[in-house]
Amino acid sequence: MSVELTTLRRILTNQRTIAVVGLSADWHRPSYFASKYMQAHGYRIVPVNPRYAGSGQTILGETCYGALADIPFPVQMVDVFRRTEEVLPIAEQALAIGARCLWQQLGVMNAEASALFQGKGLDAIDNRCVKIEHARLFGGLNWVGVNTGVISAKRAPNH
Amino acid sequence: MSDHQFQPATLSIHAGQIPDSATGARALPIYQTTSFVFDSAEHAAALFNLQTFGNVYSRLSNPTVAVLEERVAALEGGRAGVASASGMAAEAMALMTIAQAGDHIVAAGSLYGGSVTMLAVSLKKFGIETTFVDATDPSAFAAAMRPNTRAIFAESLGNPSLVVLDIAAVADVAHAHGVPLVIDNTVPSPMLCNPIKFGADIVVHSATKYLGGHGTTLGGVVVESGQFPWDNGKFPGMTEPSPGYHGVRFYETFGDFGFTMRCRMESLRVFGASLSPTSAWQILQGVETLPLRMVQHCANALAVANYLQLDPRVAWVNYPGLPDHPQHDLLQRQMSGASGLLSFGVVGGLSAGIRFIEGAQMMSHLVNIGDTRTLISHPASTTHRQLDAAQQLSAGVLPDMVRISVGLEHIDDILWDVDQALNAATDRS
Repeated sequence: MSVELTTLRRILTNQRTIAVVGLSADWHRPSYFASKYMQAHGYRIVPVNPRYAGSGQTILGETCYGALADIPFPVQMVDVFRRTEEVLPIAEQALAIGARCLWQQLGVMNAEASALFQGKGLDAIDNRCVKIEHARLFGGLNWVGVNTGVISAKRAPNH
Repeated sequence: MSDHQFQPATLSIHAGQIPDSATGARALPIYQTTSFVFDSAEHAAALFNLQTFGNVYSRLSNPTVAVLEERVAALEGGRAGVASASGMAAEAMALMTIAQAGDHIVAAGSLYGGSVTMLAVSLKKFGIETTFVDATDPSAFAAAMRPNTRAIFAESLGNPSLVVLDIAAVADVAHAHGVPLVIDNTVPSPMLCNPIKFGADIVVHSATKYLGGHGTTLGGVVVESGQFPWDNGKFPGMTEPSPGYHGVRFYETFGDFGFTMRCRMESLRVFGASLSPTSAWQILQGVETLPLRMVQHCANALAVANYLQLDPRVAWVNYPGLPDHPQHDLLQRQMSGASGLLSFGVVGGLSAGIRFIEGAQMMSHLVNIGDTRTLISHPASTTHRQLDAAQQLSAGVLPDMVRISVGLEHIDDILWDVDQALNAATDRS
């Protein structure tokens, strides 16, 4: 799916609380990588994974919940690290708790789930990594030779 | 608002470089430093774990070098790039990231002599075997494929054979076997040809040539398309935990630039053929004018080819920009110009060719290409000397071949020197 830079910039500027469904506590899994990065860049990460939920377990210092519906405060974006075929019910829950954006990670592409959000005028991104897109727009990704598509005469932000 | 699509002439100046965050410097600063401080032990750990992007040590990445990487990736229409100390290093890095002992490569027989040696001698020592085939015949690539073949490697425009590869047809062969097509796009440069558009998966450059363009600086770049399915079962190094980088699965973690990250972390970081920041800066000075220079290289080369073709002192001319060249139509489909290289034979054979080279006044006798200066050489006795006679013929090197890399001097002066050197060669003055 081709997403415009302006759309990505708007989402990542406005949505500061991210529930990460399928977040692993294992440090070398991509979900942990991406969440740790986003946390370091000022986003609040809310782990959602039934495997670690209950008994007050935390990942990245944040309480882990078993389901989106269990989160006792509003989240703005739901970032999904689950298989494509498992996304639709997650998207329905995400809508129910008032999320403004459904983000499906690299390799996750549930078109029905995206359509559910887009049909309500909300944002849906698929097959993208939230960390990579953040680094692409706000700096960092250019340091590893990735073609960011960013052409600008404005000073780069400090990292 | 949809994203504006910038043209190559703009990308060649801007891609990869926005004004420096620390100083606001508009032109690219040269970050001539080996290493970068960490904010904290936590930050250091996150960098080493690849959990955050940043610079650690200039053997792995450097902000000045990164601009060259992104700029060439942008000009090629690729997803990401990684630079190296030379074009040979880029080629070695790309192939060593794809293949390992027990694997097989199918390559164009008409490759640059150094590339032939790398495949036939050096990579063979590490257990990677290569079959060389006729690059003008896509079915020859198909016939040479084996179950353990892991890549096809060829030049978009051969140096010095000037063989034009049917990139789309050979990409189909590679993809039917689930392997990537690796293209050396040095001779056309990204201004004249973008192999990724025709199905190539990896593009390598000697940036020493047209990209740098001024004959001052060595460098290389590997670009990946971001479109190859590395999880097709043939590339466990892309999908399994990396023993060379604490268990990272490169394709899963970095997706469509996973190959470039693996190239950087498993090949560049370990074998160490990194590009110096100063060299990257010098090459980038050249890249800014690449679009203008390539137009003039093509125009001057065509004028020289036309001149030679009509001259009775010349036995034969090979320039795919000539309409009667057998691959001219294919070239027209894939490239917006035939670049600045051509070859020819002087009447009188090998000894007359050597007299031509020695008789030149302004044209330089040396073994580079893609300089502002016009360069002449005799491949059989120089760049392709390591090859035996059969290998030379397969590489398109005839004993009497003179190669010209036509420069940017005034065309009247180039033709004047060609004329007087031909007189010296044929003793008709």
